[in-house]
Amino acid sequence: MDFELILRVYPYFLEAALVTIQLSILSIALGLVCGGLGAAARLSRSSILRFIGAAYVSVIRGTPALIQLFILYFGGPQVGIQLDAFEAGVIGLGINIGAYMTETIRGAIIAVDKGQTEASRTLGMGRWQTMQKVILPQAARLMIRPLGVNINAQIKGTALVAAISVVELTYTAQRYIGSTYKPFEMFLLAGLIYMMLIYVTGLGISWLDRRAVIK
Amino acid sequence: MGLDFSVVPGYLDALFLGALWTIAITLSAAVLSFFGGIGLAVIALYAPLVIRLPFRLFAWLFMGTPLLLQLFLIYFGLIEIGVDLPAFVAGVIGLGLHYAVYNSDIIQAGILAVDKGQHEGARTLGLSKVQTIRKIVVPQAVNTVLPPIGNNMIALLKDSALVSVIGVAELTLTSQLAISKTFRPFEFYLAAAAFYYVINLGLEFGLRRIERRIQISR
Repeated sequence: MDFELILRVYPYFLEAALVTIQLSILSIALGLVCGGLGAAARLSRSSILRFIGAAYVSVIRGTPALIQLFILYFGGPQVGIQLDAFEAGVIGLGINIGAYMTETIRGAIIAVDKGQTEASRTLGMGRWQTMQKVILPQAARLMIRPLGVNINAQIKGTALVAAISVVELTYTAQRYIGSTYKPFEMFLLAGLIYMMLIYVTGLGISWLDRRAVIK
Repeated sequence: MGLDFSVVPGYLDALFLGALWTIAITLSAAVLSFFGGIGLAVIALYAPLVIRLPFRLFAWLFMGTPLLLQLFLIYFGLIEIGVDLPAFVAGVIGLGLHYAVYNSDIIQAGILAVDKGQHEGARTLGLSKVQTIRKIVVPQAVNTVLPPIGNNMIALLKDSALVSVIGVAELTLTSQLAISKTFRPFEFYLAAAAFYYVINLGLEFGLRRIERRIQISR
């Protein structure tokens, strides 16, 4: 184990970790938007919207994220979508995690007792009002943990964009493995940073989850 | 540049072969992850602390880092200590161990969910501790945890695309080779996605049948 080397290269890894953090935050934000829209579509009264929502989830969850990134980044220019690697990474990963979040959000909304809907409708609230004032506040608490699982997976999932040459943590580790021939040291260094990111995110999620408990 | 799907049929044979490799690597890794998961779960629950700790460290490391990084480590890293694995084997080991850790978590929960009376009953009947775990507790646990493990196998199928980066000529790498000859990324990646989707449907169908059969037998 060459600790001197680790001490020498770790600033570059931290710099790369910043890119990983940016990728994570942006793609998770996009994923939440896609997930919210997807869940709304899947629960809507319109059968066309329901079909679109179901197709989105099925196609995205049925194919590898790596292929989706490749289609967007390498295939995009053929259909007039010109993105740089970072943009393609954010959009591709966001759309991908959005499909998983669609199911998480939908599951949480369905899990709210049906009697709640019936009662508020009986009390004269509209469909939208019921959703907004009664169902969503309760569903929001239920979805924090499972969304946390999605987010955790996504932080590790950002490693995929190394394959479209975004200089993030995994790409950097890979490059240093190539130039130093010290794979274990580089793996350990990158791995520790990933675990720290996941650990901190996990703390944030538990905090949110504790705060959201109904007192 | 526009789209021209007429180039795809010429490479269908190659893509089919790639798809077979994808299926082969997925199934091998799935088997490894299933039995590895059982092994890890039993160690985590029953082994003495000295054995348990290094395994927990291993699990923690594998859960906290990206699969892609682990594949690089296994394929390029092990060469440094003199273990030169073929890319296919490295891919199976990487995918298999990664998902073994996830399966082990599920199986642990399943084992804990098996009624304690089963354990006590088996011990009372004179089965040894190992026999009890192997013949009574684990089989019941595996039944209950099959659906979530099935989900992991579907995730594994999609993650098998990652082994293209260490040079296993499966579906993704095959489509990349076709692209390098035709310069048509959109068409071929879409074709690869279609293949994955169909394999995925097949896998889901198979898993559902296995689940139903087990439910009937209970």
